[in-house]
Amino acid sequence: MKMNRRQMMAATAGAAAFVATGFRISPARATPEATQEAIDAFTGGAKPETGRITLDAPEIAENGNTVPISVSVESDMTEESYVEEVSLFAEGNPEAHVATFKFSPMSGSADATTRIRLASSQNVIAVAKMNDGSVFMDTKEVKVTIGGCGG
Amino acid sequence: MASRPRVRVPKTASAGDVIDIKTLISHQMESGQRKDADGNTIPRQIINSFTCEFNGQVVFACDIQPAVSANPYMEFKAKVNESGTFKFTWVDDDGSVYETEEQIEVS
Repeated sequence: MKMNRRQMMAATAGAAAFVATGFRISPARATPEATQEAIDAFTGGAKPETGRITLDAPEIAENGNTVPISVSVESDMTEESYVEEVSLFAEGNPEAHVATFKFSPMSGSADATTRIRLASSQNVIAVAKMNDGSVFMDTKEVKVTIGGCGG
Repeated sequence: MASRPRVRVPKTASAGDVIDIKTLISHQMESGQRKDADGNTIPRQIINSFTCEFNGQVVFACDIQPAVSANPYMEFKAKVNESGTFKFTWVDDDGSVYETEEQIEVS
């Protein structure tokens, strides 16, 4: 088969475009329903109340690969009354669950900071579970300039 | 694949103080979502748990999912009533365990 330069270029460009789109298939996203299921699994079905927990996240994150997130829960942190666990969820990530912090009365204060990946702009949710079974929740919307899941 | 766990614990404190602890470990935290040049999924390999103990008692722990960034960073608090040793443990998906310890003098 003979090909002149122009045909060759077109064929190469087509192949390149095919390969490029093949790589752009984005990973499946957790849906808000899947996120809710993950939260229910964590809380055991208890309905989260607002208050007591504060989730601190940047309004705009330039790099979705490393977004600083802090949670803080009001509690005496005594043997009688303390925060058992705080879970972080990201509803626009391939998997909603991000991390679970486990506190103890020896923590002194239920504060934790970490850095997380966010695939795109989305809501980040923090849910705190107290030792008496009550559950508190806070949500922050984070706008992400460059997503952090790699393709 | 991980290396150099780094922790920052105050050297001294007064009894009953709530101190700030910062930890970082170098690890690529391969999420299992990425693909290599041939389109094959790169298998997940992350640090999946972190524990901080003081004199043998768990103070703070964390379940970690792939959505935690590379070189996982944890900052948290601990209440100290006596001198002792903080022990930090990270567990890798491949079964490796990384540990480090830090002393604190409580007056």
